[in-house]
Amino acid sequence: MHPAPSVIIFTVLSGVGFGFLGALDLGLMPVQGGAALVAFGLAYLLAVAGLVASTFHLGNPQRALRAFTQWRTSWLSREGWASVAALAASAPVALAAAFRPGMMLAGHLPGLIAAAFCVLTILCTSMIYAQLRTVPRWHHWTTPVLFLAFAAAGGAILALPGPVAAAACLVSGGAMLLAFALGDGRFARQGQSPAAATGLGPRVRPFAPPHTSPNYVMREMIHHVGRKHARRLRLIALGLGAGLPALLMLVLPAGLLASALALIPHLAGALAQRWLFFAEAEHVVGHYYGRAADAARGTA
Amino acid sequence: MTALPPPSAKKLGLVIDLDTCVGCQACVTACKGWNDQGYGAPLSDMDAYGSEPCGTFLNRVHSYEVTPDDGPAQIINFPRSCLHCEDAPCVTVCPTGASYKRAEDGIVLVNEDACIGCGLCAWACPYGAREMDAAAGVMKKCTLCVDRIYNENLPEEDRQPACVRTCPTGARHFGDLGDPESAVSRLVADRGGYALMPEMGTRPVNRYLPPRPKDARREASVLAPLLDLQATGFAGWLDRLLERF
Repeated sequence: MHPAPSVIIFTVLSGVGFGFLGALDLGLMPVQGGAALVAFGLAYLLAVAGLVASTFHLGNPQRALRAFTQWRTSWLSREGWASVAALAASAPVALAAAFRPGMMLAGHLPGLIAAAFCVLTILCTSMIYAQLRTVPRWHHWTTPVLFLAFAAAGGAILALPGPVAAAACLVSGGAMLLAFALGDGRFARQGQSPAAATGLGPRVRPFAPPHTSPNYVMREMIHHVGRKHARRLRLIALGLGAGLPALLMLVLPAGLLASALALIPHLAGALAQRWLFFAEAEHVVGHYYGRAADAARGTA
Repeated sequence: MTALPPPSAKKLGLVIDLDTCVGCQACVTACKGWNDQGYGAPLSDMDAYGSEPCGTFLNRVHSYEVTPDDGPAQIINFPRSCLHCEDAPCVTVCPTGASYKRAEDGIVLVNEDACIGCGLCAWACPYGAREMDAAAGVMKKCTLCVDRIYNENLPEEDRQPACVRTCPTGARHFGDLGDPESAVSRLVADRGGYALMPEMGTRPVNRYLPPRPKDARREASVLAPLLDLQATGFAGWLDRLLERF
């Protein structure tokens, strides 16, 4: 699948943003007054920046509000509702922390509800991908686990003391390893093939393509530029996304500096992981173009 | 609404005969010609006269080489377009309700005024049947020429999808696959018509008719009598003379 920058930035930033917002809603980082304004402000900034980035992916973003109508069937629509609910439910929690120091909503029922919406938002984002049977690498429980683990790690780096945040980073590393290990070969195991796609028997191969230069389907769904670097990028994603931030959170004294220093490599690792999430995902339509097998081998 | 309607009795669709398709691309051209000027945004072309031409098409014709167990390889031309699935995943993923399946005849359509161009429906389709129009930013797909098939301004013989109407070899058939007595349903039954990628659970309406078995190749060449020619006269004398060296 084509790794569109807008969608990569969207899932990374809104993942960290809603992870941090959820942690603040849960009262895991007790903040009051100006500190609360800065902390909640950052969480809102990250989450909203991600959502805005997602609209750059649209052909007609001016109609984006219509995406709220089909929550009964569409995970994309549900994600819209969940994100608005999370942002709205977190507002009183944030305002109380900033301006009514005596009134603790974070960690109590209003905060818990807001945090639940944050988790729901991440879950809906991941289900946009996990629901697609056409992309076997995504159509698996590891996809929501991966997205939730990354949101938890990002939130923990910003909100939680060193050792806990380090553990969260390692969990996201484990989720990555799991997704890599279980995802490799699922496309081949899933049993689709040029034979099944065309119904023309086992000995079928493309003879002449239907068009002479790539079309939307090929550019969007049969992407394999740079897959040869997949191994290195996996190591980068694991090292920067999980290993280095865990180490930094353990050795540096807890505080703003540790969080900032750990967040930078974590975000870089998350970007690498999300790029791979798209670039390594194979779509069954590739079987019509005879490119799926090449792509799976990483030779094309 | 992107919830699928209850299964319709009428299931309009195409039956494509892979035995008679010659890969002339007339259906591709006729489709583009009709859908350029009627229903929805025209099918745009980008860099049409440049080095990387790219355009929106609702129908694509592949050519495959198929090697049977006995006999030489054959070329099979393979038109690919929307199959108007009964469990259309492109419809249920749509966040805006732009993508829908008609309750009355099962045609899957896009309401372009509501399409935000997110592309998720194209990701959900196993068949690559949807293409985003680069100029209009909305998703385009086969409409089964919904603006022809019910159009009483057209002569009756033209009330078929443009691809079917134009096919010079009669390889494309249009009709109601929900009616077991329809011509297309009988054709499917007679010829063993099949669905593409049934394991994807989309339950396509369109069917493909497999290539018919070809005649076995004759063992002896039709030129065999010529191989036994005996030279006579001067040529015969030359033949015998040259054999001595």
